[in-house]
Amino acid sequence: MPLTLHETFFAVLGGLVVLFATATVLGGWLQARTAEPVKLAWIGQLNARIRASWAIVLLFAIAFAAGGGALVLIFAIASFFALREFIALTPTRPSDHRALVLAFYVVIPLQYTLVYTGWYGMYAVLIPVYVFLLLPVVMALGQDVERYLERVAKVQWGLMISVFCVSHAPAIAGLQIPGYEDRSALLLLYFLLVLQLSELLAVIVSAAIGRTPLRSNPNKSREGVLAGGAAATLLGTSLWWMTPFAWWQATLMSAAIVVAGFMGGLVLASIKGNLGAREWYGGVQLSRGVLDRIDALSFAAPVFFHLTWYFFAS
Amino acid sequence: MPPIVWLVRLLVGAYPRWIGSVPSANQRIYFANHTSHMDTVVLWSALPASLRANTRPVAAKDYWGGGGLRTQIARDELNVVMVDRAREDPEADPLDPLRDALEHGFSLIIFPEGTRSAQPLPGPFKSGLYRLAVEFPQVELIPVYIENLHRSMPKGALLPVPIICTVRFGAPIALREGESKEQFLERARAAVIALAQ
Repeated sequence: MPLTLHETFFAVLGGLVVLFATATVLGGWLQARTAEPVKLAWIGQLNARIRASWAIVLLFAIAFAAGGGALVLIFAIASFFALREFIALTPTRPSDHRALVLAFYVVIPLQYTLVYTGWYGMYAVLIPVYVFLLLPVVMALGQDVERYLERVAKVQWGLMISVFCVSHAPAIAGLQIPGYEDRSALLLLYFLLVLQLSELLAVIVSAAIGRTPLRSNPNKSREGVLAGGAAATLLGTSLWWMTPFAWWQATLMSAAIVVAGFMGGLVLASIKGNLGAREWYGGVQLSRGVLDRIDALSFAAPVFFHLTWYFFAS
Repeated sequence: MPPIVWLVRLLVGAYPRWIGSVPSANQRIYFANHTSHMDTVVLWSALPASLRANTRPVAAKDYWGGGGLRTQIARDELNVVMVDRAREDPEADPLDPLRDALEHGFSLIIFPEGTRSAQPLPGPFKSGLYRLAVEFPQVELIPVYIENLHRSMPKGALLPVPIICTVRFGAPIALREGESKEQFLERARAAVIALAQ
């Protein structure tokens, strides 16, 4: 007999709590018995990621208690902070002000309202089509043509990455899949798990065996990313029972999540390099910005969403 | 945390960077570049809560004293020292309210340019900072550079746009022996500009 939604939810969340608690204790133990500064640095990295993993448990505990609207709201807040960081990195001019007001106070609420109401035909095109056309008009009204195209393109890119892409994560939880109707929130949990574990495992393996460091992220090595990706794909396969997929479909989907996530990290690292990213938040543990945390998700969410939508929901 | 600080953090972050000094309960005058009406609230919000209670921003009566919500925030939250830029009473020294606050042990936040400038880097300073430095030699003078705020709310804009901004606190400066007013004010301005790098 298949488990009910609630039973599945509690089983998965319970498993995660055990997993992350073990990781937290192990990480703390490692940190306490290590004295070498180099090792301490990567253990610190690792522990920061383990702490970030708890966010998934927290997110779903809140969603479970307060409903799907809370899920949408949390991702809307993430988009807000990501766009704030993106715009801070982008050299804007006073004449861009109206366009930025539009981006923050109109586009973000509108996009997430559309996601909440499940109006797929609109939230899939709002930013790539309508905002893409409206934004240059608003900027042109400012009558400032210096680096016009560049300025329009940067705000549009900021909206695509931080709002459009990120909003596809809560949209996963709203997918209507025949035979899986009320369980789509589990699919979002599945997606986040595969993504987060591929990150976590890539860092662990990179630190353990090292070899060729990535140019885009010195904390990861080529071997670590490959091994972490493979392990996350295996894990995604073994969790097929919580998805609408057959086991081999779950393998392909997990692989797609891992690959898209890796590409997201690559692209965001290049963007930050181009914009001359700096550290805004200070402190040691918080020094990674919001964009660093959503890089993999921003590419993987729309890819996973559309693959699922195309093959299973349409 | 007062709602105004919460709002400032949400919109512009106001992350403090203590570069040449550390937060301290010593009596201080923080002096900063002035590009936006939000400067006052942002600098104040960047201070630790324990120092905020004892630190009063100095602000223009013609902007903050007009009544309504703005005045309520100025009076109840920021505990602003109002300065009469318009000089309604030509006999009164506009620095008197500042002297009064300093004598009562408060720290102050001032914007020595006297008005908002369109550039992020400050223009020439007015002489008030020099006069306070002469009269209150025991008070530490801390240069502050507020980064990015001019982009959040350019002159003439109605709504602030969320952009991360940092508030950098530099090393204290003091009046040197035999230093003229012009030399001192120029050195103070240079200390703020140096923090912009």
